[in-house]
Amino acid sequence: MNLLAAERIKLFSTRSPWWCTAVAIALVVGGMALLAASAPADIGPIPTWVTSQFLQFGMVVVMVMATVSVTTEYRFSTIRTTFQAVPNRTAALLAKTAVVGIVATIAGLVSAFGGWAMMALLRPDPALALTTDAQWRAIAGAGPAFLVAAVLAVAVGILVRQTAGAVALLLVWTLLVENLIRVIPDVGPLIYQWLPFTNIMNFLAGGSADVEEEVGVMALTPWASLAYVAALAGGLLVVAIVTANRRDA
Amino acid sequence: MIESVGLTKRYGATLAVDDLSFSVRSGTVTGFLGPNGAGKSTTMRMILGLDRPTAGEVRIGGKLYRELTHPLRTVGALLDAKWVHPNRSARSQLRWMARTNRLPEARVDEVLDIVGLTAVARQRAGTYSLGMSQRLGIAGALLGDPEVLLFDEPVNGLDPEGIHWIRRFMQQLAREGRTVFVSSHLLSEMALTATDLVVIGRGRLISQGPTAEFADSASGAVVQVRGPHLGELADVLRQAGLAVVDVPAEAALHVSGSSTEHVGEIAAANGLVLHELSRRGSSLEEAFMEITKQDVEYVTGATA
Ligand SMILES: Nc1ncnc2c1ncn2[C@@H]1O[C@H](COP(=O)(O)OP(=O)(O)OP(=O)(O)O)[C@@H](O)[C@H]1O
Ligand SMILES: [Mg+2]
Repeated sequence: MNLLAAERIKLFSTRSPWWCTAVAIALVVGGMALLAASAPADIGPIPTWVTSQFLQFGMVVVMVMATVSVTTEYRFSTIRTTFQAVPNRTAALLAKTAVVGIVATIAGLVSAFGGWAMMALLRPDPALALTTDAQWRAIAGAGPAFLVAAVLAVAVGILVRQTAGAVALLLVWTLLVENLIRVIPDVGPLIYQWLPFTNIMNFLAGGSADVEEEVGVMALTPWASLAYVAALAGGLLVVAIVTANRRDA
Repeated sequence: MIESVGLTKRYGATLAVDDLSFSVRSGTVTGFLGPNGAGKSTTMRMILGLDRPTAGEVRIGGKLYRELTHPLRTVGALLDAKWVHPNRSARSQLRWMARTNRLPEARVDEVLDIVGLTAVARQRAGTYSLGMSQRLGIAGALLGDPEVLLFDEPVNGLDPEGIHWIRRFMQQLAREGRTVFVSSHLLSEMALTATDLVVIGRGRLISQGPTAEFADSASGAVVQVRGPHLGELADVLRQAGLAVVDVPAEAALHVSGSSTEHVGEIAAANGLVLHELSRRGSSLEEAFMEITKQDVEYVTGATA
């Protein structure tokens, strides 16, 4: 509990996490508002593929916040003060992951429900209501989606330790590499099904005709995709923590 | 209180700390002396469990650092005043540190008051002068009211007023019966505050003991000799069992652990002409440089 409180103080006593979180929420809510404004009055039901694209932008910003929360500690050597105060590095890093994860989950939920409320406000179409499982998943699913993405980003931050490197890696990977792998002839379609962010998107919008048209038929069901990415994130976090325990601070 | 046994740290090709064994007695101020790159900071990081020793170990009160519960309550340290986030206030920095070790929030205000930062506690640490950063670092070290304190070159870069403040502070900590282990490359600084000294060079122990003893054995122990037959002179002095160091820069020999009388008699017995025979009445600083220089010379000689 005390470690969580310490990490919370650390995260929120500088301005950039506030800004990143606010920007993430604004991106999603603003994007969905624009989408609604440019749509016909009978907008519904929720265009889950499009909303998942906006959520991805917000998610990327939250991932930057998550990874930077680790790399600034290395940048200013406060990680040394942290490990000096808490020699159990595993506990210290898990506490940080938990705090960042909670913030990411809240950011995901606020932005998704905020965006959805915005659409409903601008286009009061009863068809926009959250009725089916897929619709709930597309909106409330932003919570777990942002959570696993943030855990991945924290793990990358612990491993890379440098802000520029970690942020570049995450941005290039999510916004470029996965899309490029998808279009590699022959092997592309085999590999991309197992890429983390493709699976997060499959969790948010999977099962809809739009997704199958955009990314093809996925091997995993939406919920299996989430479980798979969660396992990946957990695995990478274990690797990162083991590495941090072995290395000099 | 602090017990280092065979402590060794290798960074790639650099052997930063080499089989270093020393102990710091409880309730003393012990100076940790060595020239730049001697391995002082590396040793301190290993004491705090930040860097893993390649070999050996160091214990505090019989425990490895990682075995301490709430270590800030046992060991306080200031290794580098710049280890703070420039956009975080002094108060927030101390608040999160306090939480990790279950220290009451009131303690944060107490230590801010002790180091005189109360007025600026809510300002971003990036706006602080070096002296203020140093005070923040000391506040962090005092947070858990620890019995043991480590300071790495605390007076480095400070103005005379700041140096004076730190010096008085250290003396006060000693009066309170705490164990203080403080590094420096200035023997004169340590002579003012430290009762014991651990002296290292090139990662190895040079000497350990009371400051007064080190100063005595170091200063005035060197006899400087010059003359036309230095090579032969060095040979006969060594045959007589004396430690002789060749100092080409001054075209002289430095003989330690002897007297001008003894060296003069040996020279006369061998019929060697002397142009100078004098005792180097060196200051503490010179003595220290002499000793660490010998170590450096010895190392380069050995690897060549
Ligand atoms: N993280 C590191 N990686 C590689 N080499 C290092 C590292 N830390 C220290 N060294 C090397 O180890 C040696 C000892 O360095 P250290 O900083 O411990 O010396 P020091 O006695 O504190 O010196 P100074 O008086 O300059 O602070 C130096 O040669 C240094 O270059
Ligand atoms: Mg140093």
